[in-house]
Amino acid sequence: MKQRSHDRRGVLSAALVTVGVLALTSCASGTSAPAASSDAAELTGRGPITYVSSPDASGAAQQSIDAWNAEHPDELVDWIELPLDADQQRQQMVQNAQVKGEAYTVLNLDVVWTSEFAANRWITALPEDALPLDAEIPATVEAARYRDTLYAAPYYTDAALLYSRTDLMQAAGVTAPPQTWAELQKACDAVLALPEAADMSCYAGQFDKNEGLTVNFSEAVNSAGGSLFNADGEPTVDTPEALTALNFLVDGFESGMIPEAAITFQEEQGRQSFLDGNLVFLRNWPYVYASFSATDGSSAVQDKFGTSPIPGETGPGVSTLGGRNIAISSYAENKATALDFIAFFTGQEQQGDRLAVSSRAPVFSEFFADDAVTERLPYLPDLLTSLEKAQPRPKVVQYGATTAAIQDAIYPALTGDTSPEEALADLQKALVGIAAE
Amino acid sequence: MSTTTTQRPEQRTTPAGKTGRLDLGEGRRAALLLSPTFLVLALVVLYPLLSAFHQSLFGSQSGLDADGFVVEGDVFVGLGNYVQIFAGTDAARFYNALWNTTFFTFTTVTLEVIIGIAMAVAMNRAFRGRALLRASILVPWAIPTAVSGLLWRWMFQADGIVNTLTNQQVLWTAEGFAAQAAVIVAEVWKTAPFIGLLVLAGMQIIPEEVYEAAKLDGANAWRQFIAITLPLVRPALLVAVLFRLLDSLRMFDLPFVLIGPRKSSVETLSILAWDESNQLQYGTASAFSIILLLYVAVIAYVFITILGADVVGEKKPKVVRARRRAQDPPAHDAPSSEPTQTKVTR
Repeated sequence: MKQRSHDRRGVLSAALVTVGVLALTSCASGTSAPAASSDAAELTGRGPITYVSSPDASGAAQQSIDAWNAEHPDELVDWIELPLDADQQRQQMVQNAQVKGEAYTVLNLDVVWTSEFAANRWITALPEDALPLDAEIPATVEAARYRDTLYAAPYYTDAALLYSRTDLMQAAGVTAPPQTWAELQKACDAVLALPEAADMSCYAGQFDKNEGLTVNFSEAVNSAGGSLFNADGEPTVDTPEALTALNFLVDGFESGMIPEAAITFQEEQGRQSFLDGNLVFLRNWPYVYASFSATDGSSAVQDKFGTSPIPGETGPGVSTLGGRNIAISSYAENKATALDFIAFFTGQEQQGDRLAVSSRAPVFSEFFADDAVTERLPYLPDLLTSLEKAQPRPKVVQYGATTAAIQDAIYPALTGDTSPEEALADLQKALVGIAAE
Repeated sequence: MSTTTTQRPEQRTTPAGKTGRLDLGEGRRAALLLSPTFLVLALVVLYPLLSAFHQSLFGSQSGLDADGFVVEGDVFVGLGNYVQIFAGTDAARFYNALWNTTFFTFTTVTLEVIIGIAMAVAMNRAFRGRALLRASILVPWAIPTAVSGLLWRWMFQADGIVNTLTNQQVLWTAEGFAAQAAVIVAEVWKTAPFIGLLVLAGMQIIPEEVYEAAKLDGANAWRQFIAITLPLVRPALLVAVLFRLLDSLRMFDLPFVLIGPRKSSVETLSILAWDESNQLQYGTASAFSIILLLYVAVIAYVFITILGADVVGEKKPKVVRARRRAQDPPAHDAPSSEPTQTKVTR
């Protein structure tokens, strides 16, 4: 009986442990690795490599890789496809770096991860003379550097555009797209007075609690003449400029200029709202252009909208820079092949070829003035204006913690749970804390 | 509690029990035969557990050197991560997540039990198309949680069908009680069929004679349900509820997909652990997981001891033994703080 009762307890506790262990997700992964040394001079070795990237539905990237593989049978590039979700991509790349995996050679990084990967020496510095940096838009090259050293090659770029309902503006007598927040308000007042715009709202961006909020807030601060971090990387959010920026958003929600529902908007919800004809102005990325101009009847705004650079406090606003960079993993072999592949893949010729199938904005300024290209992608000149002034999001090593802190502070301010002053003071404190870690 | 707590069986005085016949050689052979099982268990259960606990004792200390490179190393902090969680600057976030986890668990499981039993009663009747109904009721359970999270997210959007049908403008996917309600609705929709089916299985083994006898005695339908159905499906129901409890204490994907990460009104302990590991704070993340593990274990243990859910399939002999013991006074006192299941059988 003794044994029996022990058995029973044993089985019971084993059962408890088993179910409990299910609660332990993937947190038991390896200990962190000491930094590996990396140097631009070390790019040696030739042979097959891998390209690690999110899927590309347009097929444009595959087309470039096929072109490379046809020319380089001994240095084949194999595409390792990662999930569509950016967080998961980053996590897999980080895990590969932490076990110093050789499986990943060439990494497709979101521009905001570049600093983190460079500072952890997960990616290798690149020789500047191997890449045509002079022909590329300066803001995109800047986003590929960490502390003045080049760690990646710009792949494609992204910046904000203001989409406006030109038909309604014309009807209301507004001749030019708004360049300042005051003009935006004025244009809205005029348009919303029209009977056909009675049920519409004025303006929306991305204000749900995710990366979109960081982008929109950081854009507002830059557009008001402030910045989230100074040149030395110290946080500077408790400033009058940042307060002006935050007040623009908070007052917008309070006055109804920004519809209440916009607090739940990510890129897609805002796109849908504008597409259905519920918004006069929308801040979004260039990718929504295709769906607005669709001729199959799905768009209520086809031929009724225009694009312009986003507005700011006293003049045109400053966009946040999006896009992707291509880098080489520090732990990979055949780095010489990898460098050649990057130069080929991100080079002007391939970017030009890809433009035929993909609407992603190239990083070479020449394309933006090319009539053949702008006929297909008419927003490119506006995008270039936007890009010329675009600011990268905070170039900090702990970007994950930084963007989380920004969202934690700004979201309650937008919902009215904290005052703007309080939110910025809290944010400053949080960012100083992260920088000190 | 103490009055219902009976003492543990006196173990030394009864060598003539069934297990007493195992001699040493047999015991060894049994251990040998079981060893592959133990080995696998040790690998997939014990090792990750110990490793997570070990990890939770370290903090990652990182800084930047003069060239901007990260200098980092794991520093042994002992129970520092746990102290930080319970009393540190972010403690409020932890207690909020703990409260959310508990709140979601108890509200969803309660609603699921009520709705699940109602479903089972409805399905237990003989009517045309019963098989089809039974199969279709499983559909929500069969849909992956992430997918149903997305479906509900579309329905709960500001311009979604929920707002259109109710003619309201509720921002379900923002913060606040509306977000919690959205999670509860989606979770109950998804898992009530699970309880319904397990209870139905329990109902179908209740012999028809019992109901006939009750009818002869003049019991109405409600009385039959209270006096016959509920007590007899209890074992099945308790196991179902236990599974649901453990499941919803680990709730992650539904609030994550439906509302989003870092929304404090729906942040659960699992989301918190995920968030920390996403920030490469594996020490804290492991500590959160260990705390969640202990919490789940405590709740499960309390549930099993108080309600006597028969998870291990050993209740019957235990009950018999307990009854027998209750008749014979114990030989001598064996102090124990652990309440046995005798309480339940009375």
